[in-house]
Amino acid sequence: MSLFLIVALPFLGALLPGLMIRAGRQVCFVTTFTVTALAFIGLMTHLPGVWRGEVPTARLDWLPGLGMNLDLFLDPLGLMFAGLILGIGLLIIAYARWYLSRDDNMGEFYSYLLLFQGAMVGIVLSDNVLILLVFWELTSLSSFLLIGFWKHLPEGRQGARMALTVTGMGGLAMIGGMLILGQIVGSYDLTVILQNRELIQASPLYLPALLLILTGCFTKSAQFPFHFWLPHAMSAPTPVSAYLHSATMVKAGLFLMARLWPVLSGTEVWVTLVCSVGLLTMVIGAFIAFFKDDLKALLAFSTVSHLGLICFLLGTGTTFGAMAAVFHILNHASFKAALFMVAGIVDHGVHTRDMKKLGGLRHLMPLTFLIATLAGLSMAGIPLFNGFVSKEMMLEEALHTTLFNSPLLVTVVATLGALFSAAYSFRFISHTFLGAERHDYPAHPHDPEPGLWLPPALLMIPVVGLGIAPFLAEPFVRLVTGAVVGGVAEMPEEHLALWHGLTPALAMSAIAVVGGLIWLALFGPLARVWHAMPRPEAKDIFDSLIKALANGAARFSHRLHDGSFTRYAAIFVVTVVGLGAHAWFTGDAVAPTRAMLPITPVGVALWAMLIAAAGFLVLYHRNRLAVLILMGIIGLIVSMSFNYFSAPDLALTQISVEVVTIILLLLALNFLPNRTPAESTAGRRTRDAVIAIGGGVAVAALTWTILMGDFPMTSMSEYHLANSYKGGGGDNVVNVILVDFRGFDTFGEIIVLGIAALVIYALTEALLNGEVRAKLLNRDFEEARAGDAHPLMMVVLTRVMMPVVLMVGVYIFLRGHNEPGGGFVAGLIVAIAVVMQYMASGFAWADSRQRYPYHGIIGAGVLVAGLTGIGSWFAGEPFLTSAFGYFRIPPMNEFELATAAAFDLGVFLAVVGAVMLSLESFSRLGRRAGTETNEHAMDIDPSRPSVKQEG
Amino acid sequence: MEFLMSTAIGVLTAAGIYMVLRLRTFPVIIGTSLLSYAVNVFLFASGRLALNAAPVLRDGIEVYTDPIPQALVLTAIVISFGMTAVVVIMALGSYLSAGEDLVDVPARDAEIPTAPHALRGEAVE
Repeated sequence: MSLFLIVALPFLGALLPGLMIRAGRQVCFVTTFTVTALAFIGLMTHLPGVWRGEVPTARLDWLPGLGMNLDLFLDPLGLMFAGLILGIGLLIIAYARWYLSRDDNMGEFYSYLLLFQGAMVGIVLSDNVLILLVFWELTSLSSFLLIGFWKHLPEGRQGARMALTVTGMGGLAMIGGMLILGQIVGSYDLTVILQNRELIQASPLYLPALLLILTGCFTKSAQFPFHFWLPHAMSAPTPVSAYLHSATMVKAGLFLMARLWPVLSGTEVWVTLVCSVGLLTMVIGAFIAFFKDDLKALLAFSTVSHLGLICFLLGTGTTFGAMAAVFHILNHASFKAALFMVAGIVDHGVHTRDMKKLGGLRHLMPLTFLIATLAGLSMAGIPLFNGFVSKEMMLEEALHTTLFNSPLLVTVVATLGALFSAAYSFRFISHTFLGAERHDYPAHPHDPEPGLWLPPALLMIPVVGLGIAPFLAEPFVRLVTGAVVGGVAEMPEEHLALWHGLTPALAMSAIAVVGGLIWLALFGPLARVWHAMPRPEAKDIFDSLIKALANGAARFSHRLHDGSFTRYAAIFVVTVVGLGAHAWFTGDAVAPTRAMLPITPVGVALWAMLIAAAGFLVLYHRNRLAVLILMGIIGLIVSMSFNYFSAPDLALTQISVEVVTIILLLLALNFLPNRTPAESTAGRRTRDAVIAIGGGVAVAALTWTILMGDFPMTSMSEYHLANSYKGGGGDNVVNVILVDFRGFDTFGEIIVLGIAALVIYALTEALLNGEVRAKLLNRDFEEARAGDAHPLMMVVLTRVMMPVVLMVGVYIFLRGHNEPGGGFVAGLIVAIAVVMQYMASGFAWADSRQRYPYHGIIGAGVLVAGLTGIGSWFAGEPFLTSAFGYFRIPPMNEFELATAAAFDLGVFLAVVGAVMLSLESFSRLGRRAGTETNEHAMDIDPSRPSVKQEG
Repeated sequence: MEFLMSTAIGVLTAAGIYMVLRLRTFPVIIGTSLLSYAVNVFLFASGRLALNAAPVLRDGIEVYTDPIPQALVLTAIVISFGMTAVVVIMALGSYLSAGEDLVDVPARDAEIPTAPHALRGEAVE
């Protein structure tokens, strides 16, 4: 199976559970399970090849210019992790099927789980660090959804937020580190980076890169001091904890450290930093875990501790350490996943996870007890279980590691960690299952159904099998270790074995186990001391930190944004004018190079009218109706100026837009006050006038300079003029630019227009369904309303004119390619023809005759335009390449057909739909406001029996 | 002619800015419309003014108007209608639900110096 498919399967599959849940929980489960199983089988088909030393790859160029390509490869390390993610994923999916209650939305859960799974598989198979980072962030996001799955629990929400904050910040650091790494090597290909150990370690940027990458790994893998998010993530449903904290999420950090081991490890900083952080985390985690009463909290801190252990092993920088780390990753995944599931079973059966309320369950839940004991002893590091073998290797490695010039330090700390680890493991078993049976369990304890115990039971096969015969895993572990080491060092001589003879490590192990038993025996007094001791609560520190940050940000933005739009606008204008003035007075003024066009009487007349209209508008702006009339005048003058200055297309467009804009504003004014109250003080008005005049003078000066100078570089208009007919088949260059040269822009523009109309529709819906509805219904109009809402003359006229106007629209559309006109103008004209019917004959009358919803017309327009564009693919040309030809059907003259016309049809439809949908939405508001519904276009019709009077 | 054009654009801009600085929604919308006129004409004029130049290709004619600014402005005119419509429905919605058409947040509503609601509510639980 292609590697692409292995990564894509969980993502694609994530779409299914949400749909399948409608067919029932069982179908939903089977679908999810099948998706993961397919991916797992696909992965396993590569196993023989990888075993022989092949590295399957899959490459797809995405943004080659940035070095960001969808490159995947499957080496043994990736195979082991992908196998863990998908294999344990299968068990978790099965376990969750029986764990989730009927109140939980199983489809949602499985969708999140598959998203997370896909992101994890993506990380371990990436061969491009940028793609890896994308998947890395995806795991943070999807784990946020999983941890906060129980949205009704505040702990769940807080835990999810904390996990996202910590791992997200780490992710940011990681991005920085990876980019630096890519800069050093000059490539973002992981395989290339891995071959440049000397180059990277000699670079002065090695240290920052290392620190940033380690920050990312430490946060993800919950290393001290970033460990605190992990226990809080325990408020997630137990299957999530079992998945995230045994095999996947927290192992991602370790995976990356192992992946980059060949280029990053071995330096003094690496050894000191990674080893000490690992050791510290191991001991602290194990120490705290012992005192946790909640089973999942105990396991959470134990996970922190084991992650520290693996971190330490990777930090030593020896190949033996790497081998031990690989083996312990496998072992920890198996026993920890099982233990989490056991905690879930206990919770399910007894309705509590508090060990103070548990104990004596061994006879009531014998099967669970068996699984818990096997997995727990493995966690404690008892011989014959797999945890023992890798822990022995860790102690062996500790004996040979020197930190801070003290050979004994590491040995002692590692033994201490192992001791606490044994202690909490024993406590997990004994305080839950051993001891006397109690009578006050919150529920009647019993072994669960097979769906719950089978998944952890299956995990006992490697726990016991590899514990008794570790040599079985040796070829595979060596293979993976080879991939981690990446040929920069010799493979270790040592073998995986149960018995190495009477070694110092065995003695340390014995000390740990015996010490752990003694430590457990002292639990009572120790716990009292622990609880009496003041200790820093990481969550409180985190919370107050976040709160301080949020408050600071709120105060800052509040000062900046005080909610006064007027102030922002004033500051904006003043700043822009100030910057412009600075440039103007400090730069070199360009001398005029063009001769001024002679001033004509028409020009002066238009100019004078415009100035007068604008002046009156400002003077009488409190009278809103007058403002609208003046706006109409200004729009008309602007259209005429366009026409005067040789732009007929613009003139046509402007004048038709003017009509619909004024209608729209009139509709709005129907609801708004008719007058603007006088509020501003004289000082304020003066200030605004000064700002406005400043802006006006600046724009006038700018325009003057531009108009009097020549183009600073050759205009590309020449190209368009020369090629409009040859390449686009049209004489109207403006239209050819719109539908051909810049067709893609136009495509975007009609989409924007459609979105605007839909936004208006949605807002109207929201208004009509909210509290505004009642206000509209009870609303009084300020002024007397017209007695004759639908005058006879107007009804007759508009109806007679309708076909004529439509014909004009068709004419304007058809001639658009060669003469002024086109889809935009034609669309506006047709819209006006329809609006006239609404105005003259009433909304209800016109609406009942309108067969196609305007949304559909917008959609059809965008679709037609898009399909025209796609059509050129079939001719092997890029999107929106136009074609045209000349045809002749006798007895007609020769005529032209161009694909651009089909595109223009799309523009036409989108414009009609958008304009009509906007206006219709506004008038729907009006209908709600008490206008009587008219069934007939004319209110006065003597032939009708009942005559309705309006107004 | 260039002088008339520049001053006309300047006057439209000044009127637009003055109206944008008013306190009620309706004049502000009118102001943005005036600014749209100014910007559209400015963009159009950036192709340099031409009187009686041919806008459409014809045999034997050498001098044409600049088509690119025209194409730019043509779509801008249509889009500005969409923008005006969206702003108007927002203004209308706020007037109908709040009962007043001020553009500035009233001072009494603006006094929220503490953290956003999510953090106030939950982090202290």
